[in-house]
Amino acid sequence: MNARAELPLHAPGTQVDKGYIGESVPRPQAKRLLQGRGAYTDDLRFPRLAHVVFFRSPHAHARIKRLDLVKAGKAPGVIGVFDGRAVAEYCSPWIAVLGHLKGIKSPPQHALAIDRACWQGEPVAAVVAETRAQAEDALQLVEAEWEPLPAVIDMDEALEGKRVIHPDLGDNICFKRELDTGGVDEAFAKADVVVEESYGFGRHTGVCLEGRAILADYNAAEHTLTVYHATQAPHMMQDIFSRHLNIPEANVRVIAKDVGGSYGIKVHVYADEMATAALSVMLRRPVKFLADRLESFVSDIHAREHKVKVRLACTKQGEILAFDLWDLTAIGPYSVYPRTSGIEGNQVVNLTGGPYKHKQYRAKMQVVFTNKNVTCQYRAVGHPIAVALTEGIVDLAAAKLGMDPAEFRRKNLIPDDAYPYTFASGIKFEKLSHHKTLGRLLELMDYQKLRAEQASLRKQGVHRGIGLAAMIEVTNPSPAFYGVGGARISAQDGATIRLDPTGMITVLCSVTEQGQGAEGVFAQIAASAVGVTIDKVRLTTGDTGVTPYGGGTWASRGAGIGGEAVLQAGRALRSNILDIAAVVLNMDKAELDIVGNEVVNKLTLESKLPLAELGRIAYFRPDTLPPKFQSELTVTRHYTPREYGFTFTNGIQASYVEVDSDTGFVKLLKHWCVEDCGTVINPMLVDEQIRGGIVQGIGAALFEECLYDAEGQLLNGNMADYLVPMAAEMPDIVCAHVETPTKQSELGAKGAGEAGTAGAPGAVMNAINDALAPFGARVTAQPFTPERILQALRKV
Amino acid sequence: MEHIVQTTLILNGVAVTRSIPARQHLVDFLREEMGLTGSHVGCEHGVCGACTLRVDGKIVRGCLMLAVQANGRKVDTIEGLSDSGELAELQRAFHEHNALQCGFCTPGMLLAAQDLVASRPQATRDEIRDHLSGNYCRCTGYHAIVDAVEEVVVARRGGKK
Amino acid sequence: MKAPSFAYAKPQTLAEVFDLLERLGDGAKLLAGGQSLIPSLNMRLSSPALLIDITGVPGLGGIKVDGDTVRIGALATHAEIERSPEIARRLPLLAQAVKQVAHVAIRNAGTFGGSIALADPAAEYPAVCVALDATFVLASRKGERRVDARQFFKGIYATDLKPGEVLVAGELAAAGAGYRSAFLELARRVGDYVIVGLAAHAKVGGGKLADVRLAFLGAGDRPLLAASAAKAVEGKAYGPDAVKAAQDALAKDLAPPADLYHSAATKLHLARVLTGRALAALAA
Repeated sequence: MNARAELPLHAPGTQVDKGYIGESVPRPQAKRLLQGRGAYTDDLRFPRLAHVVFFRSPHAHARIKRLDLVKAGKAPGVIGVFDGRAVAEYCSPWIAVLGHLKGIKSPPQHALAIDRACWQGEPVAAVVAETRAQAEDALQLVEAEWEPLPAVIDMDEALEGKRVIHPDLGDNICFKRELDTGGVDEAFAKADVVVEESYGFGRHTGVCLEGRAILADYNAAEHTLTVYHATQAPHMMQDIFSRHLNIPEANVRVIAKDVGGSYGIKVHVYADEMATAALSVMLRRPVKFLADRLESFVSDIHAREHKVKVRLACTKQGEILAFDLWDLTAIGPYSVYPRTSGIEGNQVVNLTGGPYKHKQYRAKMQVVFTNKNVTCQYRAVGHPIAVALTEGIVDLAAAKLGMDPAEFRRKNLIPDDAYPYTFASGIKFEKLSHHKTLGRLLELMDYQKLRAEQASLRKQGVHRGIGLAAMIEVTNPSPAFYGVGGARISAQDGATIRLDPTGMITVLCSVTEQGQGAEGVFAQIAASAVGVTIDKVRLTTGDTGVTPYGGGTWASRGAGIGGEAVLQAGRALRSNILDIAAVVLNMDKAELDIVGNEVVNKLTLESKLPLAELGRIAYFRPDTLPPKFQSELTVTRHYTPREYGFTFTNGIQASYVEVDSDTGFVKLLKHWCVEDCGTVINPMLVDEQIRGGIVQGIGAALFEECLYDAEGQLLNGNMADYLVPMAAEMPDIVCAHVETPTKQSELGAKGAGEAGTAGAPGAVMNAINDALAPFGARVTAQPFTPERILQALRKV
Repeated sequence: MEHIVQTTLILNGVAVTRSIPARQHLVDFLREEMGLTGSHVGCEHGVCGACTLRVDGKIVRGCLMLAVQANGRKVDTIEGLSDSGELAELQRAFHEHNALQCGFCTPGMLLAAQDLVASRPQATRDEIRDHLSGNYCRCTGYHAIVDAVEEVVVARRGGKK
Repeated sequence: MKAPSFAYAKPQTLAEVFDLLERLGDGAKLLAGGQSLIPSLNMRLSSPALLIDITGVPGLGGIKVDGDTVRIGALATHAEIERSPEIARRLPLLAQAVKQVAHVAIRNAGTFGGSIALADPAAEYPAVCVALDATFVLASRKGERRVDARQFFKGIYATDLKPGEVLVAGELAAAGAGYRSAFLELARRVGDYVIVGLAAHAKVGGGKLADVRLAFLGAGDRPLLAASAAKAVEGKAYGPDAVKAAQDALAKDLAPPADLYHSAATKLHLARVLTGRALAALAA
């Protein structure tokens, strides 16, 4: 069942030894975090560090008639006060569009709004002071006069376009996409069964426990800028700071220290962060900005506000013929830089119906501007929507046919031997394992037993539901995601590995760590590839001044892409080490290997030369080596996935719930996920990613929504009113793995970071609707609050 | 105008006297003045639990207590409780179960978990979840945290998981 | 956010507290556990000139039994109430309610007096005190006065406390023989503010309910005693008819305002559901 990848980790001809690959090794890097001895950006101390806070628009849409910063400027501890024009002299505006999203449009956005604010929370002025408290005191002395403008809040109104937010653009449409395989109407006409349903997805946000954090340190003497930034993509930020602040690229260094969670929230360009960097240049001293919790709710990107309508056509035997999708999504007043706010909707079009074999598909998707907070990619991007609407309509079709939902899926999932496979939307699958994962899931959860339990409890008035959600997930993207559109976002990554004199190895990798265990995984791969024990490995990530150039962490690419670079570098280093060993020992390289920190006789495993000794010789006694021989104990390798635009993974989740039909409360009894991410380097870390992702998805399904009133005011922007999942309401989550390695790399690892979030909302929705089925009730708008369930039950 | 109050507290076992602005909350004082950055700020409205500290032997929210209210009291932070070894079992269990990812919630979570381990030796999984219900974790999904705490609770009782 | 600047005093006697309150008036706020005051300061929802920390004043804490009355000092923490064997035995309704208050870390610091004086309509203690017909003891320079809980809560965050007065204790009658209690609340997550909750207390005997008190939290601008619903079951045998009568009568007692997530109709519906469940628990 768990087909393990065969990994030749040694130079060809040596024995196969997987080393640490596949082992649940506890992360060495976690130790400091367990003692509170990590170094998050706010933990750093700098001389003359100044703090910035932002005066933010209280209106969703308003012209700035007058902004008076004089009183604020005189408050105790204040170093300077700045408006949009002042900062614009140092920081150029940006436009978030990409060439491959045809027709996408967005107006220029400045670091601080000039003349007009377009969402409640948009930064309009900056106050810099000796302490945060003093800056906040001064903030209360800022005087502003506003001319409120009509705010476009509702997405249908935005689409209708009676009021256009950016008149220069003509309408409120940021991006639209249509796809039509042809034959769709014919398929629906001849189908025995047609089902249709509309789904709503509430806008929500990441709520990283560590707020966004940036500390910019400009050195005026050298015209260099060092930015300590809780970011997922330091090289991307290096490029952006360089271009927009007009500082040569190599003079900008971005360092991501420990990051307290990001999930995509911290991979985007934020106006207030750009302003912070500009202020450091303007003031010639370090300036720090932390988004506190109240600010986060109105300035961290939001995501996933969609209204969709989907139709499914199938035969009476249950064979799916076609999907027809209509999707409208509301973003903020700007597309977010540099990845654009068109990607989420684009993904919904790409991924709807993904696990199923059908040839006909039509989609029409539109992205509209509104005067609410900006939105952009957040963990799993469009997947949660595509999976929920697909799995919801599939369940509806199964119900209409009186067919068991698992059976209906079995009939329609792409067969495991059908690959490579080009899907209706044009995306290409290398090799997936839908049937294997479905079989494993049903076995793991004891599906028949749960169905029997459900039936017998129903007779006692206890309403339990089982919901399934099959999914595909985008991982390890090539430049097809951003690069082809003109974005300076790298889809390749590199790793440098160095043998140090005492026999330890140092790994520098351009993929970044936010807690998911990238560094742990790289340590396992590096140790395995070189032949050392894992305690000998040290890592540095997240520093553009130190690591090779790369893309960082996003779209579940860390293990697959960074890991492969580490593997290749490790293997190359092993080879170089053996070159030295051969000349030191006067033996054939082919007779040697490295095992457990020692060069050994490959056949007998007899120790010939400890690495520490080899290091001593290579670094301190090269005079003892042959005259023309040069040791090369530092190696760099890069890796780019080339064959497939995206390396897809697959998985299937199940949710088991109990609905209280009197109160509308949902109790989550249990959750399962069987997932295929290719080679699993550390099962424990993958499980954690899956579980964390599932709980985030549950949050969206049951609890989380950014609630706006008709005037564009956020009503629940605090931790008491915006509900995030806490321990008491969450279920135990059982995970299992199937491994179908990708052949695009030696490691064979795909990505796993977002699968949990992709499938959970769909699974929970289907479970609730399964529980409500005897009442003839269905819920379709997330989050599924008690009120929405009571309304479906017609109790209120 | 800043109102300063001279305050003496026993911090991780050592008496410390400082002049503290009345408005500064305890976790800010520990982070900014004492350099003890292990306790974290997540919301400043007492909901997320990232700032959980121990005062006079009881867990409290460090953002909901003024530093000047710590006068004459005993304050223990993650650093002190790590160095004393009191958290060692839990830290080892957390490590082995990977009950943390980004680590930002971890100091607060460990203090809450230690409070449970010390006061509810018969705690079930549900009771563990209940006791930790005031500590927000966005990364792990809580399951591994519950596993880790359960292991320590059971081990202390002399049982095996 | 960082709190605005304020001065801090920690008087050692009530007389000093009264002095400070008289001098500063509205510019002073009392600080006990701080679990509600400090978040509001951190969010800059208010800017008092002075915080008067009353935790140094002796005689304001403790849980004392005097005959049939339990006297709970204003500074008794939720944790002390939760652990108190006296309260578990004599005030089972309060013992049930305190478990629902926020989370452990909040319960260690938050106080009985703080919760009563704040008068959040979604808080547990005010409803319990109304159900049990408690008395609050208020002290001022002029001396002490007692106010019935049922007259004390005037509206959202509004009480009968006059300027210069400090709540020093609550007096609750121990549950009499034959009395049962049920505290139920509906919240999305453990420790959240309630959507709606019910503190129910009645004498149960021979399958009949008497002296029924149904005090709702989260159903109005203050804890509300559902008199019509109680009257509908008063003296009746417990059964589906009695429950339905109470649930139907509830609309006369409650007109719950909508909140961010629940319409008025939903809240009334949930109040009815809780009524049924509470009556079942009392009669069980």
